[in-house]
Amino acid sequence: MLKIQNLHASIEDKDILRGINLEVKAGEVHAIMGPNGSGKSTLASVLAGREDYEVSEGEATFLGNDLLEMAPEERAREGVFLAFQYPVEIPGVSTTNFMKTAINQVREYRGQEPLDAVSFLTLMKEKMKLVDIDQSLLSRSLNEGFSGGEKKRNEIFQMAMLEPKLAILDETDSGLDIDALKIVANGVNKLKGKDNATIVVTHYQRLLDYIVPDYVHVLYKGRIVKSGTKDLALELEEKGYDWIKEEADAATA
Amino acid sequence: MTQATNQNDLVGQLLAGFQKFESQLNGATGSVHSLRKKALESLDLAGLPSTKHEEYKYTNITKAIEKTFSFDTENTSTQIEPQEIEEFLIPGLDAHILVFLNGVLDPSLSRWEAEAGLEIIDLPTALKEDSEAISKHFAKYADYNRDAYVALNTGFSKDGSFITVKANSIIEKPVVLHYINVVKDGQVHNHPRNLVVVGENSHATFIESFSDVGEHESLTNSVTEIVIGQSARVDYYKLQNDKENVYHVGTTQVQQAKNSYFAAYTFTTNGAITRNNLNIDLEDEGCESHMYGLYLLNGKTHVDNHTAVDHQKPNSFSNELYKGILEDKSRGVFNGKIFVRQDAQKTNAFQSNKNILLSDQATVNTKPQLEIWADDVKCSHGCTTGQLDEEALFYLQSRGLGKDNARALLLYAFAIEVLENVKLEPVRKYLEDLISERLRKDF
Repeated sequence: MLKIQNLHASIEDKDILRGINLEVKAGEVHAIMGPNGSGKSTLASVLAGREDYEVSEGEATFLGNDLLEMAPEERAREGVFLAFQYPVEIPGVSTTNFMKTAINQVREYRGQEPLDAVSFLTLMKEKMKLVDIDQSLLSRSLNEGFSGGEKKRNEIFQMAMLEPKLAILDETDSGLDIDALKIVANGVNKLKGKDNATIVVTHYQRLLDYIVPDYVHVLYKGRIVKSGTKDLALELEEKGYDWIKEEADAATA
Repeated sequence: MTQATNQNDLVGQLLAGFQKFESQLNGATGSVHSLRKKALESLDLAGLPSTKHEEYKYTNITKAIEKTFSFDTENTSTQIEPQEIEEFLIPGLDAHILVFLNGVLDPSLSRWEAEAGLEIIDLPTALKEDSEAISKHFAKYADYNRDAYVALNTGFSKDGSFITVKANSIIEKPVVLHYINVVKDGQVHNHPRNLVVVGENSHATFIESFSDVGEHESLTNSVTEIVIGQSARVDYYKLQNDKENVYHVGTTQVQQAKNSYFAAYTFTTNGAITRNNLNIDLEDEGCESHMYGLYLLNGKTHVDNHTAVDHQKPNSFSNELYKGILEDKSRGVFNGKIFVRQDAQKTNAFQSNKNILLSDQATVNTKPQLEIWADDVKCSHGCTTGQLDEEALFYLQSRGLGKDNARALLLYAFAIEVLENVKLEPVRKYLEDLISERLRKDF
């Protein structure tokens, strides 16, 4: 589904990603872990099409198409979804309103009829249950005055509405208490299927107790320096990142 | 005194028209006429303001008028079909409608019914009758010594309306004053003048709407005085969706008595140069005032909003929110004055002006001006000018919204903060549609 080869990206002439290779197939869950500043969030942003980053080398294809050539909205319409680490507050725009516009633009792109008001509401009610989010929250200005947990649940709600093929969760666990974490993870798990894939970007193993990955990759200095199964995440939890840093630094020295 | 020394200068040209103006008064030269003469003396002395004048520093309307208008000849044609008026009406609004063509009330196009407590009189009639109310209130509030355009209006005040609301009256239907300049055959210039007196414990809504038909230039220099009685409530709208050949200077002067409520909504979406003065005197305790403004500008449109709220007595509240979206080479000016007199303890006064610039060539000059003599007050002001939030744009795009749609949605959301304060449903709908169209929000 997603194929990344030798991806290099920089921001303001500072190299962040220095040759990422990764393949994600339908039905898989991949966790990207790594110490702070290793490039985890940059990878998520580059895949979603944030313009601040410049891709200097390498390629990324999504379902066989050049992902890097697409505008952010095209990626979304093709089925890529990024759950933001810091969801943006937008006064004056309600989640309900903008989701209706978003869904219908995605549907139009896919050659489907727009949803009428009733079908949209039915869909919304169904998805709201998934993340235990209240209608009144969705009628308010997007993320404005939301708690950390509410913002993240809103991200997963939007994901549920858009039914992406590839979901990228950028540190969705950061700042969540255990109850909120369970709700968010539960939502993600219910959306998993054999036709879609998930990339979970996280610093901590904790989230992976609830969203169990098929593969774990450790990012360090802009490269994947180690890959393994969920056991690798447990090892990191126990031993921290230092041993990986030492291994990686020794290998490049 | 109308003998200007230099006929070439603008004030001279304007003053030269006074004799002809006098001849058209048909004897309506009661107590008001000496006021006219005094106002013009004041104008003659002060001259019209250039950019050297602090209050007109960023708005060179005097020069624009001098360059654009000729006052020797007058286009008197007001040929207009009734259906041409229709497009300016607010759909679904059940209202008393006054239509002014080139500043003069047209009874055949106007339609207002009797409503208990409401009296609408054509200004020429009111001035001829010269009632006690006229001599008590007319031109007693908008100070012609303070603003030369007010002096010009006062000097040539003839047409307009005199509207009174009796005490303890709830006026159900809004009163809409449509000023339509017919500029098909040539330029027009006029000086509409209105006096609105609302009695104790009453409620009324007034809408002033400005439009043009035709391709030539028009100059409107209007003054509306609103006197609000004790515990009365007035909602006031000024809607300016003019063409790019429209020049406008307008003063709205508001006097608030004890425990009264006033809200002003000023929406400007076009025009060549527009200068709006909104002055509110809170003359007694317990007053509440709201000032909302929204300007959406493109092309070379220049819009200047000057507001002044004067807290004279304790325990009053004022709140102001003006927002602007500027494209192309447009220019916005905001000047918000808040005065809190020594007597006016426990005043709450808030002010905010926010702007989004969509092009490198668009400009905003914004200036809050607070003068506070009392020591126990809560006042705040803030202004921001910036570009569209890139992060918010990316967020919306990442959910599948096209860039243009995301942009329109964000701009609309920015504007809605002002719009959502409009309580009159048909007016809000009308403005929502107007703004959606302007921001190309077609979803």
